[in-house]
Amino acid sequence: MSILLSNISKKFGAFAALDNINLEIPEGELVALLGPSGCGKTTLLRIIAGLERADQGRVLISGQDRTHHDVSQRGIGFVFQHYALFRHMTVFENVAFGLRVKPRKDRPSNDVITKKVHALLELVQLDWLHDRYPDQLSGGQRQRIALARALAVEPSVLLLDEPFGALDASVRKDLRQWLRNLHHDLNVTSIFVTHDQEEAMEVASQVVVLNHGRIEQQGSPSAIYDQPANAFVSGFIGQTNVFDLEHHDTEWLQAAGLSTLHQQGKIVHVRPHDIVIEKSSAGSDAFVILKDWQHLGALIRIELVKSEANRPSASVYAEMPNEQFKRLQLHKGDKVDLRIRHAHWFH
Amino acid sequence: MSQSSIMPGLRPTLGFTVVYLSLVVLIPLSTLVFQSFQLNWEDYVHIITNQRVLSSFRVSFSTALVAALIASFFGFIVAWVLVRYEFFGKRFFHALIDFPFALPTAVAGIVLATIFQPSGFLGKLLIDVFGVQVAFKPLGIVMALIFISIPFVVRTVEPVLLEFEASMEEAASSLGATRLQVFNKIIFPNVFPALLTGFALAFARGVGEYGSVIFIAGNLPYVSEIVPLLIVTKLEQFDITGATAIALTMLVISFVLLLLINMLQYWVRKRSGQL
Repeated sequence: MSILLSNISKKFGAFAALDNINLEIPEGELVALLGPSGCGKTTLLRIIAGLERADQGRVLISGQDRTHHDVSQRGIGFVFQHYALFRHMTVFENVAFGLRVKPRKDRPSNDVITKKVHALLELVQLDWLHDRYPDQLSGGQRQRIALARALAVEPSVLLLDEPFGALDASVRKDLRQWLRNLHHDLNVTSIFVTHDQEEAMEVASQVVVLNHGRIEQQGSPSAIYDQPANAFVSGFIGQTNVFDLEHHDTEWLQAAGLSTLHQQGKIVHVRPHDIVIEKSSAGSDAFVILKDWQHLGALIRIELVKSEANRPSASVYAEMPNEQFKRLQLHKGDKVDLRIRHAHWFH
Repeated sequence: MSQSSIMPGLRPTLGFTVVYLSLVVLIPLSTLVFQSFQLNWEDYVHIITNQRVLSSFRVSFSTALVAALIASFFGFIVAWVLVRYEFFGKRFFHALIDFPFALPTAVAGIVLATIFQPSGFLGKLLIDVFGVQVAFKPLGIVMALIFISIPFVVRTVEPVLLEFEASMEEAASSLGATRLQVFNKIIFPNVFPALLTGFALAFARGVGEYGSVIFIAGNLPYVSEIVPLLIVTKLEQFDITGATAIALTMLVISFVLLLLINMLQYWVRKRSGQL
C-alpha cells in the first residue's frame, strides 16, 4: 500500500526531531530511510507505525488518514532493532501471537494458525527451531523470527528499524540479500531505517536521505549516487574528496583537468574512482606524491598528497582496479600526474 | 569444583558461606531440633494436637496467606505506579514504601491498634458503615501483616518492571493486541516469577511476624492468637519443651511451604523459557 506523509513535524523538548516532512512512498517499494544518527529517521518510522505521535501533519496509508489510529489499528508490521521477541514464548507462539490476539470473530482456527505459522517459519527457513525460546537463538535467527512474526498478520506495510544493526558483518550481508529477495517475492511496501549507506544502496529500491530532521534527497540508489542534491548527500553516500575553492589552489585543480571557468559553486566533490593517476611525465606541474595504498578486494585505494613538502595538506584518495594499478608499477614516494574526470559542484 | 573454573575464589567464598550459614542459621536451628528430642513422640503429639495450639496454627498460616495474597495484589499495583508513571512527590512515595522495614514493628502494631480499635478513628468508621470490626479479630492480624509485608512485594517486582523491554509491548501492540492483551499475555507472564518471590517473602514474614500483630490481634485463644505469641507464652511459663515442640512444627511447615513456592517458581520459569 502507498504511504503519504504530509507536513510531519515532531519536537522533543526544544529539539526538532522532524521538521515539516513531506514524503510519498508508492506501493510495493522497498525504501531506505538513510541518515546519520540523530537525524530523525527512527522517529519518522515510529510515527508511520503509530508508536509515536507527530506534533503536526498527517499519515495516510493507502489513501486513508491513519494519523489518529493506534498502532494496533494501523495494519502495519514492525520489526525492532533488538528484535523484541517475547522471551516467555516459544518461536512458534511468537509468530502465532498476532493471530491469537485477533478478536474472536476474525480469529482463525487453531489448525489454520498452526499451518500458517509453519508456512511462515519455512519462509524464513527456521521451521526446525519452532519449539525453542528466543534466548536460545542467534541474532540472525531472532531477526528472521521477528520478521516472520510481523508478517503473520499480513500487514499492508512492513516497517523495519535498523533491522541489521545488531548483527555481525557476515550475517548482515546474507540477511540483506535475503530481505531483498523476500521483498521481491511478497511485494509488500517496506520501509527500513539504516545509517549504513552501503546497506541502503544495496537493499533499497528507493533511498530517502535525512539530515537534521529534513529530507535532503529522495530517489533511486543510482540517482542519489550519481546526482547528489547537495554536499551533505554527496559526502554521506560513499567516499568523496572535498575541495574547497577558497582553501585550495584553483590553478592546481585546473591543471588536474577540472574546468573552473564556469564555477558552479565553491565546493567541489570528487569521487575516488573519478580520479585517474598516471606516472608523472616531465614538465607536468600537477604532480602529487603517492603516499600509500590499501587493497579493497578488486579495487586499490590510493592515498595521494600534494608535493609541497613544507605545508602539510590533506590526502586525496583515488580508486582504481587492481590490475590497472599493477600495470602502472608505482612505488611509495613516486610522483604521479592526476586527472579529475568528473566532479560535483556545491555552494 | 573444577580447578579450571573461570571465576576465582570458589573455595574461600564457599567456605565463608558455610561458616556464616552454620553460625547464624544452622546451629540455632539444630539446637531447636535437639531440644525437641527431650520429648518423646506421644508428648509431642499431645502438645501439638492441643486445641488451642491447632487454632493458633490455623490463625497464623491463614492470616499470613491471605495477607500475602492481598499484599501481592496491591504491592504489584504500587510497583507498577512507581515504575510506569511520573507524578509529583514520587521520591517521597518511594521513601514511604520502605518505611515498614525501618519502623519497629511494635510501633506499627500500637498505631494500627489505636486507629482500628472499635473506638478508634478508622475502627469506628468501619463498624458504623460496614458493621465490620477489625481489631481483636483475624482481620486485624491480616491488616497488620499487609502493612508489614507490602514492601517485600514492591521491592521484588519493581526491578523486573524497570528492566522490562518497552519494545516487547510495542511489538505486541503492533501485532494488534489490545492494552489488556498486552498486559495479560506479555507483561504479567514476565513479571510473575518476581511476584511469586515477593509473595513468598511476604508470606514468610507474615508467618513469623510478632510485634505488629499482638497489639491489634487482641490475642483471644482459639480466635486471634498467633503461634509466635503462644511460643512466648509457653516460654514465660518456663515450658521450654512445649515451646520447642510448637516452634519445630512451625519450622517444618514453613519450610515445606517455602519449598513448594520455590518449586512452583521453578516450574513457572521453566515453562516460560527463563531457565
